[in-house]
Amino acid sequence: MALTYDEVIARYDPVLGLEVHVELNTESKMFCSCSTIFGAEPNTQTCPVCLALPGALPVVNEKAIESTIKIGLALNCSIAPYSRFARKNYFYPDMPKNFQISQYDEPICFDGYVDVEIDTDEGPKQFRIEVERVHMEEDTGKSLHVGGATGRIHGADYSLLDYNRAGIPLVEIVTKIVPGTGKYAPEVAKAYVAELRDILRGLKVSDVKMEQGSLRCDANVSLMPKGSDVLGTRSETKNVNSLRSVERAIRGEMLRHSEILETGGKVKQETRHFQEDTGLTRSGRSKEQAEDYRYFPDPDLVPVTPPATWIEELRATLPERPSLRRKRIKEEWNVPDKEMAAMINADVLDIVEATVLLGADPTKARTWWLGEISRIANDTSVAIADLAITPAHVAELINLVASGELTDKLARQVVEGVIGGEGTPSEVVAKRGIKVVNDDGALMAAIEKVCAEQAETAEKVRSGHLPAAGALIGAVMKETKGQADAAKVRELLLKHLGQ
Amino acid sequence: MIYQNAAEMAKALASKEISSVELTQAHLDRIDSVDSDVKAFLHVDKEGALAQAAAVDADRAAGKNLSAIAGVPLALKDVLAQRGVPTTAGSKILQGWKPPYDSTVVSKLKDSGVVILGKTNMDEFAMGSSTENSGYGPTFNPWDLTRTPGGSSGGSAAAVSSFEAPLAIGSDTGGSIRQPAALTGIVGVRPTYGAVSRYGLIAYSSSLDQAGPFGRTVLDTALLHEVIAGHDVKDATSINAKMPDVVSAAKNGDVKGLKIGVIKQLQGEGYQAGVLSRFNESLDTLASLGAEIVEVDCPSFDYALAAYYLIAPSECSSNLARFDAMRYGLRTGDSDGASAEAVMAATRDAGFGREVKRRIILGTYALSSGYYDAYYGSAQKIRTLIIQDYAKAFGLADVLVSPTAPTTAYKIGEKVDDPMAMYLGDVATIPVNLAGICGMSLPAGLADEDNLPVGFQIMAPAMQDQRLYQVGAALEAALTSKWGGALITKAPALAGGAR
Repeated sequence: MALTYDEVIARYDPVLGLEVHVELNTESKMFCSCSTIFGAEPNTQTCPVCLALPGALPVVNEKAIESTIKIGLALNCSIAPYSRFARKNYFYPDMPKNFQISQYDEPICFDGYVDVEIDTDEGPKQFRIEVERVHMEEDTGKSLHVGGATGRIHGADYSLLDYNRAGIPLVEIVTKIVPGTGKYAPEVAKAYVAELRDILRGLKVSDVKMEQGSLRCDANVSLMPKGSDVLGTRSETKNVNSLRSVERAIRGEMLRHSEILETGGKVKQETRHFQEDTGLTRSGRSKEQAEDYRYFPDPDLVPVTPPATWIEELRATLPERPSLRRKRIKEEWNVPDKEMAAMINADVLDIVEATVLLGADPTKARTWWLGEISRIANDTSVAIADLAITPAHVAELINLVASGELTDKLARQVVEGVIGGEGTPSEVVAKRGIKVVNDDGALMAAIEKVCAEQAETAEKVRSGHLPAAGALIGAVMKETKGQADAAKVRELLLKHLGQ
Repeated sequence: MIYQNAAEMAKALASKEISSVELTQAHLDRIDSVDSDVKAFLHVDKEGALAQAAAVDADRAAGKNLSAIAGVPLALKDVLAQRGVPTTAGSKILQGWKPPYDSTVVSKLKDSGVVILGKTNMDEFAMGSSTENSGYGPTFNPWDLTRTPGGSSGGSAAAVSSFEAPLAIGSDTGGSIRQPAALTGIVGVRPTYGAVSRYGLIAYSSSLDQAGPFGRTVLDTALLHEVIAGHDVKDATSINAKMPDVVSAAKNGDVKGLKIGVIKQLQGEGYQAGVLSRFNESLDTLASLGAEIVEVDCPSFDYALAAYYLIAPSECSSNLARFDAMRYGLRTGDSDGASAEAVMAATRDAGFGREVKRRIILGTYALSSGYYDAYYGSAQKIRTLIIQDYAKAFGLADVLVSPTAPTTAYKIGEKVDDPMAMYLGDVATIPVNLAGICGMSLPAGLADEDNLPVGFQIMAPAMQDQRLYQVGAALEAALTSKWGGALITKAPALAGGAR
C-alpha cells in the first residue's frame, strides 16, 4: 500500500548520499591538448592520446589540478600533499582505453563540508553536508544508438561513437552519508547542489550547466526505519539534470522505497535513471554483484604533489563563499527574508549585484530583475541571463526614472524595447519617442479648461485637424499668462487630444 | 661496407667517401639476401629508407650541421609507432595498422638523420624471451639458424648480428634488449627508466618498459643511446635532467680503481658452465685492468622473477584492453547484429596469441579485489626491497655485474611449451627493470660446449648510464684484443651473404 510522503517520514528516516560530477572548463582535456569546446563535429577534437592509439601516453593538465584544488579548498577540504591517479578497468566502447583514469584510494581533496540553509516549519535552518572526497577523473566519449525504439544499446541497429568528450576533465565530489534531514531530505539535497553550483560558478572552474551535463548529480537514497541504526539498501539515481529534478528524484525514491519496504520487499541496490517527464526513476544496471574495476595506480602518471605554498596561493584567490555573500548582501541591502529567497530562487543575485555595482539602488535593481524582467523571462521561457537586457541597461533605466525622464510605467515599455533588441534604454527612448508627460498641474488644468470651453475646436483637433490647435494653444498661453513653454503646451495639448 | 661499425660508417659518410643512399642500399641488399633465413624484419621500408637517406645526403651536400650518426641505417623494433609505416608489436590484432603519428624515439631518429630500414620482429607485445611468440613466426639466430636469437627484441638483435643493420632499437621490460644481445653476440643497453621517452612505444608494462640501443660495439651503442635519450613532455615518467655523457664514457673506457660488485644471487646454480667460465674470465680481465672485484648480497633478488610475473601481467591486462576492434586493428565477428561486447571478445580471441592471453588472464586475476594485496601489493613490496638491495650494493660498488642470461641461445621450440623454463631465462635481467636502473650486455666470448655467444651484464644506478659504457668499453677493448677481433667476426657465414 502506497504511503503518503508524511507517512513515509513518520515511519522512516531517509539517508542521502550525493555524488556530483563537474566538467571543468579548462581549454584542453585532462590528459592531452585537445580542445574541450562543447558541440563540435563528432570526433574532430581527438588525438592519439584521447583515442587511445597504441603507444600514446597521458600527461596531466596542470590547470585541471589547480581547479580541483580550488574546489577542494572552497569545500573546506584538506588537500593531499601526495595523491595518485588510478585506472578503473572496465570495457565499454565509448571509453577508448577501456579503463578510466580516475583517483581511487588517494583522492586529491578529502574531509570537507558545505553548509546549506533551508526554510523549515521552524524557520531557516542550517544543515551541514560533509564532503568525503573530491577527486579528478576523465570523461568518456558518447555513444549514439541508432535504431530500436528506446535509444538504448539493446535493440539498436548500430551505434555511433563520438570521442570529443573522451578525456574532458571531470571532478567528482562525493558526500559522506547525510542522515538527519528527515522530511527536508529533498530540499536539503537541492540546496546542496545549488550551493555547490554557486561555489563552482564563483570559482569560475566550470560552466555548471546542468542541462548541458557540465554538472551532473547522482543521488543515493536509502530509508532506515525509525529507531533503527542499520542503514537501508540504497539506490543510486543518475541523469538528474536540474535542481528541481534533484528534489523530485529523492522524494520519488523515498516513496518508491517505502512502498517496497511496507509490502515486506527488499530494495535492490541498483542504478536507476531519472525520467524528467514522469518524475519517476527506471531501473538501470543492477549493482547486486559489485563490479570489480581492478583499480591500480596508473603507471603512466606520476603522483600529484602540490607544494604547500601553491595551495596557500590558491586559497588566497578564493572568492567569497556564496552563503556568506548572501548574508552580507541581505544585510547591506536590507532585504526582507522573502525577497532574499525569491532572488535566490530566481537565480538573479549575481545580476542584481552587478546592477548595484553600477550605481543602482539595490531595492530598485532587485525590483526590476525580480519583477518585470522575470515576468518577461517566464512568459517567453528564456532564462533571465539569456535575455538581451544587461545590468548596465537596468542601471541606466533606474537613472532615467530617478531623473524624471521616465515614469515607472514608461520604463516598462523601455524594458520591453531593450529585451526586444532595440538597443540601450536611451536608444529605445529616442527611437520610440517615449517621454514623460509634463504633469505640471497648472499647465494641464489650463489645457483641460480651454478644451472644455472650446469643445468644438478641441474635437476638430482630436479628429486630426491639427491647424485648429493653434487657437487652443493661444488660449492656454493666455490662461497661463504667457509663462508656459509654447512648444511644451503644444505637445501636451496634442497628446491630451490623442494626437 | 656493411661489416663496418656504425662509427666507421659515420666517419665515411662525414668524409663523403660513401653516401647514405649507397650505405642504405647496401643494407637493403643484405636484407634481401639473408633475411629469408633470419627473418629479422616484419616490414622493410625500402622507399622510405632511401628517401630518408637521400635527404641526409642532400643536407650534407648543403653543408648542414648533422648528428654524429646521420645517414647510418637502423632497424626499429615493431613496438614503436612510425607514422605511415605498418606497426604491429608482433601481434595479429594490429595487422595492417599504420600509425598516424611518430613515437618520440622515431622523431628523434628522424631529426638526427638516422635512416630507418624497417620494423623488426618481436615476441607479441614484447611478451617472451625467444621471439617465438610473434604472431608472424619466429626470428632465427644468425649464429645458428636452428636457435632463437632471444627476445623479445630478437628481430633487432638478429638484424644487427647478421649485418642487416649496424644499429637497432629494442625495448627492454624484463631483459628484452640485454638477453637477445647476449644470445647474438652484440651490445645492448637498457637505459635508466625515464631516460628514453615511452611516447609511441606500444605498452606492455608501463612501469618497466624502456626503449634502448643495440650495436656491434660499445661506442656504436653509445652513439645511438645519445640520439634517443632526453626529456619528453609527452611522457609524464620521462626524467627532466641532463642526460649522462655516454659517448665520452664509451670513448674513454677505464676501470682503474673502480669497484665492481658481483651479485651473489646471480651466478652458480642454474647457469650453464660455459656461461660461468666466460663470465669469470671477464672478471679476471677487469681485475687485470685495475678494477677491484667485490661480492655483494642482494637477497631479495630471489623473489624478483615472481614479482615481475605479477607486475608485468597486471599492467599488461590493463594496457592491452584498448585492443577492442572499435577504432583500429583487427575486427572479427562483426556480423548478424553481433553486440559490441561479442565483437570485442571475438577479436581479442582471434588477435591475441597464447602467451599474451596467458599474461592478461594472470594480470586480471592478480588485480582482482580480494587478491590485489596478496599478489600485486606483495609484488610492489618486493620491488621496494629490490631497490633497497641495489642501493646497498651500489654503496659497495660502482657497478654490479652478472652473466646476462643463464644459458646461450636455445633451440627453436625447445622451451616454447614450458613457460616457466622460458621465464627463468630472465632471472638475471629482471631486477634492473624492477628497480628502474640501467644495464648493458656485451659479448664475453663463446661458450666452450656449444660455441655460442655469452653475454656479460653490467648494471649501474639510475642516471649513471655512463658507467656502463666506461666499464663496457674497457672490457670490450681488452677482450677484443685477446680474441684478435670482435666476437661477431667469428659468427658463421649466412648462406645468402658473403660471410
